[in-house]
Amino acid sequence: MRSRFVIVGAGQAASQAAASLRHEGFTGAITLLGEESYAPYQRPPLSKRCLLEEVAVERLLLKPDAFYTSADIEVRLSARVVSIDLCDHEVVLADGARIDYEHLLLATGARPRELAALPAQLQGVHYLRTVADSTALALTLRASRHLSVVGGGYIGLEVAAAARQMGLEVDVIEAAPRLMARTSGAMTSEYFRALHARRGVTVRVGVSVAEVITENRQVRALQLHDGSEIATDAVLIGVGAVPNVELAQQAGLSVDNGVVVDRFTRTSDPQVFAAGDCSNYPDLRGRRWRLESVQNAIEQARVAASNMCGRRQPYCCVPWFWSDQYEIKFQAAGCIDGHDEVIRSDVPGGFALTYLAHGKVIAVEAANAPAAFMSVRRQLEALLEQHTLEEIS
Amino acid sequence: MSLSVTFVDPDGTSRTIATSAGMTLMEVAVMNMIPGVDAECGGACACATCHVLVREDWLARVPDKTEPELGMLDFVIGRRSNSRLSCQIRLSDALDGLTVSVPESQR
Repeated sequence: MRSRFVIVGAGQAASQAAASLRHEGFTGAITLLGEESYAPYQRPPLSKRCLLEEVAVERLLLKPDAFYTSADIEVRLSARVVSIDLCDHEVVLADGARIDYEHLLLATGARPRELAALPAQLQGVHYLRTVADSTALALTLRASRHLSVVGGGYIGLEVAAAARQMGLEVDVIEAAPRLMARTSGAMTSEYFRALHARRGVTVRVGVSVAEVITENRQVRALQLHDGSEIATDAVLIGVGAVPNVELAQQAGLSVDNGVVVDRFTRTSDPQVFAAGDCSNYPDLRGRRWRLESVQNAIEQARVAASNMCGRRQPYCCVPWFWSDQYEIKFQAAGCIDGHDEVIRSDVPGGFALTYLAHGKVIAVEAANAPAAFMSVRRQLEALLEQHTLEEIS
Repeated sequence: MSLSVTFVDPDGTSRTIATSAGMTLMEVAVMNMIPGVDAECGGACACATCHVLVREDWLARVPDKTEPELGMLDFVIGRRSNSRLSCQIRLSDALDGLTVSVPESQR
């Protein structure tokens, strides 16, 4: 019987893995199972361009339908996997269908973390992950005068920028003492606070939402813990994401802030792999990461595909991502943890911050400074390659 | 308005594709499965994986490079004087017949 690899999920990692499996020479059957009704598409524009203009889903697709047909990849959409049977090597769909696999890739992604105080069922309250979420948010924004953004991370700030460009009044409410605190350095946080303030956004840090005031289930105001009240007709919540681990957990796979994989992207079951937002992987030093980025989805999926084909390729990467806000293109690479020195260089309309630890470059944050970003990214990639080679030899 | 663009593979094979104004060259490449145009960031000028080489006779006609593209281009693999990021070339009727080659490797 022809062997079959099954991919659960239909996002960036899933799409990349399917393509990479063929690239690796796998000739068996490939089945990709997506819960949404769309073939794999790009998510980054959902918090940016898709709010400002109508973008047809076809323009967001990562690959044309013809790709899957010509590569003999079966794409099943609106197909929800309800369980995984590790003993019989089968996934079970909501409609009862069972699909056998030789190897399975979990590329189930993540979902927005929900705030109990702000349920998505309220009119005007939005979370953002999917095309449907983005379309609904865009509709609300067009009909609203004031947007409250809860959470001053990238998603929240990108939506804040779009809403200002659409003419809405905007408040950003961040519980931490500064914006983008989870991922960025203090100087970058301050730069973006000042940028949004200049553009007319009221940025409130160190304060959280106490209560939502509604009228006929439509949001009317937010009450904050510092006693202030913001009259508002739309709320976007961007307070991080949680990995979709339920299938893995129910199946008995090891789960800890994501599906736990070894350095070869393998889960605690040797026939099951995981990649992308849902996976928790160790770097060369054994430190564990769960990254939510296009870069991680693509690169980890490539490695997973290679290992599903029987190779033993460790996953290690230089994380990088970008964010577009107003006329600023922000790009970051590496990880700033442990830095003891920052070199700042100013460029027209932006800046570059190079982070060092013990005299070695470890990360870069750049606004409208793509050359500085790429320069450090390439340096870090070269270093990583060197480390990897040293370890193998 | 329909127009056509031609992609030439490293081995010299060329493919001419009918498309329309308003699309970027990168989008046309991705939707037509041109090998080597990875376009990881989807056209945000953030990744430098949609590198193409514009045929000399078209160089003067393609839109000028913007600052972000210039900054990224310095770091593409196999940079040449006719290197461009295809996500930054929006197709117009004036580009009907545009011919580019795809370099050997993007990473």
